[in-house]
Amino acid sequence: MSDTDSQTALHRAEAGALEIAYVREQLVEPLPAPASEVGVIGWMRKNLFNGWFNTLLTLFALWLLYLILPGVLNFTIFNAVWSGTDRLACSDINQGGELYEGWKGACWPYIGAYFKQFIFGRYPDPELWRPILVFILFFAGLIPMLIPSVPFKRETIIYMLGIFPLVAFILLTGGNIGYNGFLLPGAIMADSELKFWVDYLILTAIICAVVHFIVRGMDGDSRRPIILTLICMGLLGVVLFIASVDFGLTFVETPQWGGFMMTLVIAVTGIAASLPLGIALALGRRSDMPVVKLLSVVFIEFWRGVPLITVLFMSSVLLPLFLPDGVTFDKLLRALIGVALFSAAYMAEVVRGGLQAIPKGQYEGAMALGLSYWQMMQKIILPQALKIVIPGIVNTFIGLFKDTTLVSIIGLLDFLGMINLSHSDSLWATPVQAITSYIFCAFIFFLFCYGMARYSNYMERRLDTGHR
Amino acid sequence: MSGEVVSTHSIDEKPKVALLNNPKVRGGIVQAALLIFIIWLIYNMVNNAAINLAKAGIASGFDFLNRAAGFGLNFSPFIEYTETSTYGTVYWVGLQNTLILAVLGVFFATIIGFLVGVARLSSNWVIAKIAYWYVEILRNIPLLLQIFIWYKGVLATLPGKRDSIDLGFVGQLNAAGLYAPKPVFAAGASWIFWAFLAGIAITWFIGRWAHKRQMATGQQFPIFLTGLGLILGLPLLAYLLTGMPVSFEYPVAGNFGPRGGMQVIPEFIALWIALSTYTAAFIAEIVRAGILAVNKGQSEASYALGLRPGPALRLVIIPQALRVIIPPLTSQYLNLTKNSSLAVAIAYPDLTAVFAGTALNQTGQAVEILLMTMLTYLALSLITSMFMNWYNAKMALVER
Repeated sequence: MSDTDSQTALHRAEAGALEIAYVREQLVEPLPAPASEVGVIGWMRKNLFNGWFNTLLTLFALWLLYLILPGVLNFTIFNAVWSGTDRLACSDINQGGELYEGWKGACWPYIGAYFKQFIFGRYPDPELWRPILVFILFFAGLIPMLIPSVPFKRETIIYMLGIFPLVAFILLTGGNIGYNGFLLPGAIMADSELKFWVDYLILTAIICAVVHFIVRGMDGDSRRPIILTLICMGLLGVVLFIASVDFGLTFVETPQWGGFMMTLVIAVTGIAASLPLGIALALGRRSDMPVVKLLSVVFIEFWRGVPLITVLFMSSVLLPLFLPDGVTFDKLLRALIGVALFSAAYMAEVVRGGLQAIPKGQYEGAMALGLSYWQMMQKIILPQALKIVIPGIVNTFIGLFKDTTLVSIIGLLDFLGMINLSHSDSLWATPVQAITSYIFCAFIFFLFCYGMARYSNYMERRLDTGHR
Repeated sequence: MSGEVVSTHSIDEKPKVALLNNPKVRGGIVQAALLIFIIWLIYNMVNNAAINLAKAGIASGFDFLNRAAGFGLNFSPFIEYTETSTYGTVYWVGLQNTLILAVLGVFFATIIGFLVGVARLSSNWVIAKIAYWYVEILRNIPLLLQIFIWYKGVLATLPGKRDSIDLGFVGQLNAAGLYAPKPVFAAGASWIFWAFLAGIAITWFIGRWAHKRQMATGQQFPIFLTGLGLILGLPLLAYLLTGMPVSFEYPVAGNFGPRGGMQVIPEFIALWIALSTYTAAFIAEIVRAGILAVNKGQSEASYALGLRPGPALRLVIIPQALRVIIPPLTSQYLNLTKNSSLAVAIAYPDLTAVFAGTALNQTGQAVEILLMTMLTYLALSLITSMFMNWYNAKMALVER
């Protein structure tokens, strides 16, 4: 038995011996806090009614809610019609229906009847499995990419950037693209698929020769650039070849596309095209070369200075004017070009913000290591800069996603365009038709945009390394 | 021996580098190639456009601006416009309508945005939550859709002209728009305007004098109240002295709709509400970020210096918050102006709708009209960003 132990034992013995009645041996249990300080009441006192001003504010807010909530809930749920086959289901007595006079509510069966059109536009019925498969493939790639704990990130990204776009293109259009020659005059060889490939080989050879002469002319070793060129042209050739193979799918032209599918196609293509373009423009704007810098600044400021709708007008009216006679573009493709150029300018400014946020020491360190410009950008600067601007990129994407609705003004039948088109159907024509469909459309857009914003918030917190 | 070899190369002598690896040469080549490519592209575009236009039989040039437009417009508050007016007038009417929408939209968006932004930071839970959901709902729904909701979903379902909703002094509201009271100016009304200007000018001079006096003696002058009194009081005085020359003509409900007053078309109302509430959601976030950006120590330090909450807010917190708020705020104003071009979707006669829409379809002068339209918007943007840069430079933190 140690010394201290024996002492404690002695104290206990003494205390036990004394046994004074009015000395407590245990602490008193703490009383619960007064009801006005904890629980619902305390919370309300603290957050809603502390002081006359806050009380007034609370009452005002409750009045505001009283004005808005019952109306919205009654319209969308309690007074809404949930089943029916035509406009009579959603009309009151004065309009020839069975509902009481002055009835106001959403007409959901109309949404149900038009649901297919709202999602897929006028895509032919027997081929509907194709866009559905594209949706599935898209989310099959997207979801593993978004959840951080799922492995094989690299493979997923290759799938999303390389394989999926090609597969989606073939599934949606039907593939089997016919090519014509573009180089040799018709006298030597008639236009045919074969001529295209001959032309393609000749073009590759010309490009390689040009590369070779430029590099040799400056005392360089031309082997590596030529091999790189060949690989690029080869990959492009494979992609072009696959797009030309006949898989037995019916051709579905883009005027038959529409609905939410088209909204997604425009948004995803727009973002995929604008990200690399935006990075290039941002680098150009920060370049030391005056001509490159000037061109980038002019490009960015021009597109950022004009409204998207004039850009769309331009791409639908002016683009055909600027192209050689006989070359025509698909209407959807023209809108896509406009959207991509427009959002590239915004993306460029977002990326530039990230580039400027990287401390100078990072650039100097990279240069001191002897890295070339592209190595420095690829391995040191861009990974850090892009990580910083993820919220900005997501914001740009959300903006782009919402702005796709503008294509309905130039006559494409995207989600909103399809909804506006459905209003001309007299089968469902009622006073509540417009607002019902708009509520549905707004709900879908809200789900997607709010979800993206929340996800970007989450990623921002996850990627935050804490040092800045 | 090897040491000797090294020493034969003096430091001044540049090492021999392959020409391609010389950054200057490389940069020159890249830039020349880019320039040639751009020039080639522009040349081709212009060339193709010339060929295509000649084929369509459209003479290029700006002569069409002097031709009569031949279509009517239902909204032109300040510029005289009839069907015989020229396309040049159409341009000015469009610009006028765009600017009216932009100015009024900016005004309301700022008020709503600041209120909601402050409300989001309120310690009152219900108010903060309402503000949060206002922002999240409004900014996550496409603006075009919101315009349609107000236009086709709300305003179009209002009762017809015969049974308008009486909004009291605001006017009569029905599906054909708002019939607002119309101000009627009698002789001498211009005095009120001049008195207003004089009030602003006098306030400015008093402000300068008060600042000088405070710098010299430390005495403060109640400049805000004096200014308010002058700017509001002088026009009121002029109004009374000239014998109340301004009156309002109220619309009266009649059998065939309200008579009198001035009609505000529903397209304008829908756009105005949609643009201001949508932009307000973004402004609210900017305001919130600006207030949060001011370090808590700043308010604590100003209290420690003995400033009361009012002056602390006015002299310490708000100037610092504004430094963060103003630049993104200006770009939101710009966005609102550009977004007002969505008017084309519901046929409010703004620049895009009447000039890049109707006039373009009638004349076919696509290149000239789109160029003019885009350059106009671009000029508005550049002017605003020039102002923003100037303001930024003025307000920027001056460090050591």
